[in-house]
Amino acid sequence: MITADPKGVLTGAHFIDGDQACTEGCLAAGARFAAGYPITPSTEVVERFARRIPTVGGRFIQMEDELASSIAILGAVWGGAKAFTVTSGPGFSLMMEHLGLAVMTETPCVIVNVQRGGPSTGLPTLPGQADMMQARWGSHGDYEIIALSPQSPQECFDLSITAFNLSEQFRVPVLFMMDEVVGHMTEKVIIPPAEEIEIYPRRLTVKPPEEYLPYAVDGDLVPEMVHAGMGYRFHITGLTHDERGYPAMNPEAQDKLIRRLKDKILENADRIITLEEEGLDSADVVVVSYGITARVAQRAIELARAKGLKVGKLRLVTVWPFPEQKIRDLAGRVRAFVVPELNLGQIVREVERCAAGQARVISVPHAGGSVHRPEQILERIEEAAK
Amino acid sequence: MALTELRVAGFGGQGVILAGMIIGKAASIFENGYATLTQSFGPEARGSACSAQLVLSDEPVLYPYITQPHILIAMSQDAYNKFATDVRPGGIVLIEEELVRVSEIPPGVKICGIPATRLAEQIGKRLVLNIVMVGFFGAVTKLIDREALRKAVADSVPPGTTEMNLQAFDRGYEYGLESRCAEQLPESLPVERGLEGQFAGSES
Repeated sequence: MITADPKGVLTGAHFIDGDQACTEGCLAAGARFAAGYPITPSTEVVERFARRIPTVGGRFIQMEDELASSIAILGAVWGGAKAFTVTSGPGFSLMMEHLGLAVMTETPCVIVNVQRGGPSTGLPTLPGQADMMQARWGSHGDYEIIALSPQSPQECFDLSITAFNLSEQFRVPVLFMMDEVVGHMTEKVIIPPAEEIEIYPRRLTVKPPEEYLPYAVDGDLVPEMVHAGMGYRFHITGLTHDERGYPAMNPEAQDKLIRRLKDKILENADRIITLEEEGLDSADVVVVSYGITARVAQRAIELARAKGLKVGKLRLVTVWPFPEQKIRDLAGRVRAFVVPELNLGQIVREVERCAAGQARVISVPHAGGSVHRPEQILERIEEAAK
Repeated sequence: MALTELRVAGFGGQGVILAGMIIGKAASIFENGYATLTQSFGPEARGSACSAQLVLSDEPVLYPYITQPHILIAMSQDAYNKFATDVRPGGIVLIEEELVRVSEIPPGVKICGIPATRLAEQIGKRLVLNIVMVGFFGAVTKLIDREALRKAVADSVPPGTTEMNLQAFDRGYEYGLESRCAEQLPESLPVERGLEGQFAGSES
């Protein structure tokens, strides 16, 4: 780990919204390139980046669409920059093609999705959390992905740095799954001094060009990178490739590559996953939530505890990879899981899969456009505790 | 401060959002409280209805939206008509008294008026009426320390306008202190009355 470049760090206490806090997090993480096709409710992220980047040193390009935005950041990364793009549902759909390319080429980058109600243009100014399965499965082919879900402007800052760090460490695109409420709410955000911000540097090779193989790995399954212009010959492609980076069209190469792309995430899941846990040891009922819904759920948990119920909290700061082991462990000893989310049942399916019939799983669906009322979640907690 | 819900409303161009930002910043940065500000992102533009919602508390705010505000700052007739009836009993409505004609007063709600636009014009620019309202809010409710609000004003306005804005703030604050409203208010302040926070009726 190294510390952050002070040029990008706006140290101090700020009263800003989650979108702007995300921008500051990306800048603190070292992002010096963003490409985007601004869309509500994510527009403020790139607005602020475009305003700030000339003084920090870097580029923002407003592209012709989201396809172009998502490919431009991949180019910037291979050119040596840390890069990200920002969108909401409709643009996220368009970016799926290049998300897959980033996975296949192991291009570290961050894609921010400030979720609104969908499908299609849906509810441009109102919240949803209905892109969570798209985040997992949106591009074609087999792959693993990392996705984080902040619950406040402060976390939009903190976790966007985490997102960049994870993307560099595992050479995988990281999806930053905000929602309209978190993006547009304004709260205090503390930005620490640059020397207190840890940055995972790019995994550049130190091997001489004649010994370097772009997709050869040692123990930890993540290959070393080079940038264009460093004096290395290298080839990157979306086609299945061998260690040299050249196309290898056979089942053996496919098996080797795709297993490694999955294993580098799955075998490191414990290092990647962050959870907020509270009161799980004595819980009869565990509320599993993420993003803005976790705050509303917290209120419901407090109301339930005031009624004498033993309720635990499991907040998914990392949604993907899914904390399978944690749910399995809990399922053996709690009565039920309650899963509120701003969709009609997405992450609840994962909880059901991992609980495997060992505990009841109760969905608290909401189609989006607002957040739950705490009472809605409380009712289901009470039902679960019966 | 007990959990307090506040709505600032007026028409686009009056500085409604900035007024909300200043109050939130004062509470959460220049005092040790917590503030969550949301705003409606509709097709607002200059001249149309516009509102900012704030939840203020001395504990972290969980539920981000207001449910039934304790305080409404209404800077236009539209804002008053649309939002006054939402204010909870025991709450306060602060109005720009030359722009708002009080029709129906919600039961148990105290109305306090200030000619903010006229006072702003006397200071030099009608534009600073929102800051006059922030000062008035500070004096009447005493929810947030005067100096914290003042710092938040200075920290939020464009460079070169600080002095005029601080004058506007002080003028509004003094007007609030002098008005009979302030004397009558302590027992009707939501905080003094110990009104429950969001989702009153729950047991936490």
